Amino acid sequence: MLIKRAQMFKASEITDPTLYFNRREFMVGAAALALFPRGAEAAAPPAGQPLKATRNTAFSLSDPATKFESATTYNNFYEFGVDKGDPSRLAHTLKPRPWTVQVDGHVAKPKTYDIDELLKLFPLEERVYALRCVEGWSMVIPWIGFPLASLLKRVEPTGQAKFVEFTTLMDPEQFPAQRKSVLNLSPIEWPYVEGLRLDEAMHPLALLTVGMYGQVLPNQNGAPIRVVLPWKYGFKSAKSIVRIRLVSSQPKSTWEKAAPNEYGFFSNVNPEVDHPRWSQASERRIGEFLRRKTLKFNGYADQIASLYAGMDLRKYY
Amino acid sequence: MSRRTRIAFKASVWVLCLLPLVVLAYRAVTGDLGANPISFVTNWLGQWTFRLLLAALALTPIRILFGISWQVSLRRLVGLFAFAYACLHFCVWIVVDHFFDWHQMGADILKRRYITVGMLALTLLVPLAVTSTNAMLKRLGGMAWRRLHRLVYVVGVLASLHFLWLAKKGRTDQYLYATILTLLLGIRAWDAVRRALRKRRQQQTAGAPGLAEAPH
Repeated sequence: MLIKRAQMFKASEITDPTLYFNRREFMVGAAALALFPRGAEAAAPPAGQPLKATRNTAFSLSDPATKFESATTYNNFYEFGVDKGDPSRLAHTLKPRPWTVQVDGHVAKPKTYDIDELLKLFPLEERVYALRCVEGWSMVIPWIGFPLASLLKRVEPTGQAKFVEFTTLMDPEQFPAQRKSVLNLSPIEWPYVEGLRLDEAMHPLALLTVGMYGQVLPNQNGAPIRVVLPWKYGFKSAKSIVRIRLVSSQPKSTWEKAAPNEYGFFSNVNPEVDHPRWSQASERRIGEFLRRKTLKFNGYADQIASLYAGMDLRKYY
Repeated sequence: MSRRTRIAFKASVWVLCLLPLVVLAYRAVTGDLGANPISFVTNWLGQWTFRLLLAALALTPIRILFGISWQVSLRRLVGLFAFAYACLHFCVWIVVDHFFDWHQMGADILKRRYITVGMLALTLLVPLAVTSTNAMLKRLGGMAWRRLHRLVYVVGVLASLHFLWLAKKGRTDQYLYATILTLLLGIRAWDAVRRALRKRRQQQTAGAPGLAEAPH
């Protein structure tokens, strides 16, 4: 059993965000605000703004959290670029306000929510989750959010709803890598689309996330709202979501389209099923020296494995 | 070129080849290796191995294209540095990345084709490094030595495959390295063909029997 009583991290990791945060970029943003007041309503809430949430100990690991600096400078967010450093370097181009999330498809009550409305609708909770990247590294991150199921129940999925499809913002103004270039080097299609089966989406582990480390979600981590699915490889957790659509047939996810033999629809963490080019048996936890053995479903087998009972996980990778 | 200039030149090549290690050490000391230092160091050493290999392979094409030949004497030095970086790259993989997990590494060598070709490239560099001394050149004889050292072209191709197969989607520098290698080998091939044709023409003009007596 992996879920243990949570242990508090050092207060400094939570209450001293300015130390880590990219102050220069914040200052540039502030200067732009002063120069162009019309953009004021589009400005992001100040980076590092604290976000209150109560720790959900039943859904929290006791492992120490990854350093905030690592979690915000070592990111895969292809909308900013392919390098791990691109998202933190270019994150200031994303404007997380104003922001709306359209929730529609096979639902009784489709609605387009304003992000600030969403934040008030559901009580925010903090959960310390393991994050396993398909590339073979992992982190432990204290996320802040609310269960995806809470939002889905609110819009009342109809009987035809079998899958949930997430769409990331498509805006080349805000996401530099979405700009068209003469040489089309983009490895994936925009916008980024991800999907889940409805029962996966309704599982209490699936978290709609708006913050981490006690503060508003940094842009490079998928602001203002993303999903976090700790039992799946990281790329399944769509960032900067603008649309959640309930559909009747299985959505084609972005990486599935880009390399179907390497990235399946399910992409559950599984040490027994290798990536075609590398082993998934072990991982390097950021901040640690020795590799760790990768756990099935990233350590969440007790809670989640029943969803896949009877499925051939080699076939449905 | 005088002896003194040549020595000065070799010394500066030493400095240039050691520079990536100095920079790496500096970044390590100042804690500037990023969130995943092991991956950073592995990539850094691998990239410099490839760059030095390409540099060593570029010296002859420079002679072919521009008729300048003094730099050809640097082949051994640059090539040995490429080998040294390859060894470091390999050691980091064994010691730091997998910490002597022989079972896992053995499985990776057999199963992951990018590791298979990488291992093969390093293995093929060993006889070249061993026979790089003047004494070995004499012992083998110029012809045999030259033929053996053509293995470096195979190493170049294997290194390219290693990089092409491991690179994640969206990266582009692996194509740049492969293109440069193709150019460098292409120039050699073009030169070899050109020389063969010239030789044949000379034989033809030297006397008609040359053609008639061509081997069957």
